[in-house]
Formats: sequence, structure tokens, C-alpha cells
Amino acid sequence: MSTDFTSPAQPSTPDWLWHSGILVFVAAWYALYNQLIPFAEWMTSLFPVERQSHTGEAIAFFFYDVPKVMMLLTLIVFVMGVVRSFFSPERTRALLAGKREGVGNVMAASLGVVTPFCSCSAVPLFIGLVSAGVPLGVTFSFLISAPMVNEVALALLFGLVGWKVALTYFAFGLGVAIVAGWVIGRLHLEGWLQDWVRDIHSGATAPAAFEGERLTMVDRYRFGIEAVREIFARVWIWIIIGIGMGALIHGYVPQELMARIMGADAWWSVPAAVLIGIPMYTNAAGVIPIVEALLGKGAALGTVLAFMMSVIALSLPEMIILRQVLTLRLIAVFIGVVGSGILAVGYLFNFLF
Amino acid sequence: MDIKVLGPGCAKCKSTVEQIDRVAKEAGKSVSLEKVEDMRQIVSYGVMSTPGVVIGGKVVHVGSVPTRDQILAWLQ
Repeated sequence: MSTDFTSPAQPSTPDWLWHSGILVFVAAWYALYNQLIPFAEWMTSLFPVERQSHTGEAIAFFFYDVPKVMMLLTLIVFVMGVVRSFFSPERTRALLAGKREGVGNVMAASLGVVTPFCSCSAVPLFIGLVSAGVPLGVTFSFLISAPMVNEVALALLFGLVGWKVALTYFAFGLGVAIVAGWVIGRLHLEGWLQDWVRDIHSGATAPAAFEGERLTMVDRYRFGIEAVREIFARVWIWIIIGIGMGALIHGYVPQELMARIMGADAWWSVPAAVLIGIPMYTNAAGVIPIVEALLGKGAALGTVLAFMMSVIALSLPEMIILRQVLTLRLIAVFIGVVGSGILAVGYLFNFLF
Repeated sequence: MDIKVLGPGCAKCKSTVEQIDRVAKEAGKSVSLEKVEDMRQIVSYGVMSTPGVVIGGKVVHVGSVPTRDQILAWLQ
């Protein structure tokens, strides 16, 4: 990864130039976004295949979705980067400290959406919250919603599947985080933390707080640009792979097959989707193009939502990181409770739609 | 000058160490850089997001790779 920084080079760029630069960018973005279909058709026409053939369909799908997803990601990640510069883990901790369960769970799940989070700092964040007296269940609400309801997932769902599904995912992702956190809190499992974490919890070695820095609006823009760079470095390969697989499904998988194995009539499809999703390690960027293609082939919405939530919210690498602070029993409860919540969402949707 | 970088080994933590090392060399300052990867030590500084930078026992930065200017300011 490159460590060159653009920011120190232009400390004298006046603020108005930044503001107008952002405006120009948004206008250019909008103009380009409206040219995506002609672009995809033109790219497809360069290949020596029938446009209406399976291969032609798959190629057109690929060249339409890749630029579309990349553009949506750029815009939404930038906006979320700016929004997130208003929220720091330290501020989240201050907001959550002393909150009761219930209200605390709702706040924690909501803050999980806007607080900067990366699974590599899940442990210091966990400790920071627990040591400040945030109840365990409230901390879990945060830890569930932060990776699951993220801007990458919402941007991709919005762009590929439509705003209704994006909104549904958002609402039920929050719902699962709130309820699962609350249930874990009710179980009173503080004793199942690792010993050293329990000592901090009891206030024995409470770490000192760190004061954050003040930011100007231009700093926040930079924060957004940095977020775009970082997310792209991390997810571009997953997007290509995901859309490639989506394109194959779109072009080649027969309609009836998906409707049969992932349709609403197959009761076992929801638990199967959740179970397959847990060990799968990809992120929203990789899984949502597949989701889009599956939905297009007649898979049931609930089954697909359950699959997606389980892939994103319950990942093996994150469990391994959390193993440093949680005992295996507590991790098992965590997976069990969140998994059940996702199951419920899956069945509910298959039943409703 | 004693500088500690707190981070469990993610990409941003590595580039923080490299960045500080490079800026210090350019500025002709001699620093002793230590990378702290042990979680208990990291949380004992009270940071909630990594990478964190500790100078003289005090946390001066958290959550991102510091910019060149920030590092130069610390080195003064």
C-alpha cells in the first residue's frame, strides 16, 4: 500500500476551491452515471458474441455493473467519510456510557452505522466501551451493527437491487443488532469475558481517555477522500470477483433451479443460507452482486437477505479477533443469537413477500 | 525520542511505522520506533481505534496514518 499523502502538498488551497471542487465532482459524477448503459452496450459490442446469447448477457451485465458499483461506492463512501468525521469511537463511548439497556441498545446500534469502524480495531473498541461502563449487551449491539449496516452494503444494495431492499436491509440490520444485543445483555454473561478484560471492566485498570483533535470542513473532505482510497484499496478485487460471479449466474444459471433451491417454498433454504454464510469470508462488495443475480433468478428475498446478513455480520476472521476478549462460550452465544435473529428476518420476509 | 506505534498488525499500522521512519530520516532526527502489537498494552493507553501513536508515554494520535506535517510537528 502506498504511503504517499496528498494533503501536506496543498495547505494553502483556499476553502472555496475545495467547496467548488466538490460541486464540480458531483456534477461530473451525475453526468457520467447517466451514460452507463450506452457504455456497457458499446463495450459488449466489441466482443465477437451475439448480444442476446448467454455470453452476451453475462458480458453486458459485467460492464454495466462494475462501473456503476464503483461510482456509487465513490460517492457514498465519500459522504459517509465526511459524516463519520463527526463521530469518533471516543465520542460514541461518551454517548453510550451510563446508558441503560434498551435505550442503550438502540443508540449503540445506530451509532454503529456512523462511527468509523474497522475489524482490526474491534478489540480496543470493545475494551474502550466495556471499561467505560457500557453494558455488555449494549456493546454487542454496537459490534453487530458496525460491520453489518455499513455504507458499502447500503450503496451496493441501493445501486444493484433498489432502494426498497436497501432500506429493508438497513432497518432489519439495525433490528437484529438491537434485539441480539439486548438478549445477550439479559443473559448476564459478563463472567464469560476473558479474565484480563473482566479486570478492566471492574475498573481495576481503567485506561485514561484520549482527547480528539478539532477538524475544519476541509479536514472532513480529506477524511472522505481518504475513506474512498482506503475502501477501494480493500474492496475493488471483491467487487470484480463478485460481479463476475453475478454475471455468470445472470447469464447461465437456469431460472427454475434458483427458484427451487432458494425459493420461498423450500423451508430449509433460510437456515442453509445462514449456515453457508457464516464461514464465507467476503464483504458486502463481494456478496451483493451475487445477491442481485440470485434475486433475478427467482431466489426468495428473505433467503437472500439472510445469506447476505450472515456473510457480512458473522465472519470467521472477526471471531478470531474477538477471541482475544471473549471466551469461546461467549462467541458461541454471540453467533447463536445473531444467527437466530437473521433466521427470523429471513423467514419473516419469505412469509411476507 | 521514543515513539511507540500501537496496532495489532493491520495495514494502516504498518504504514504508520514506515511513514514515521521515513519522515524522521528526512528531517534528520534520530528516533527509536517501537511497534506495540500486544492487545493488553494497546488498550492500557486508552485508545479505541488503531493505529495509535505514543510519544513520551502520551497518546498524540489515533485512528489513522498520521500525515507528514503531523509527524514533523511531533519531531520538533
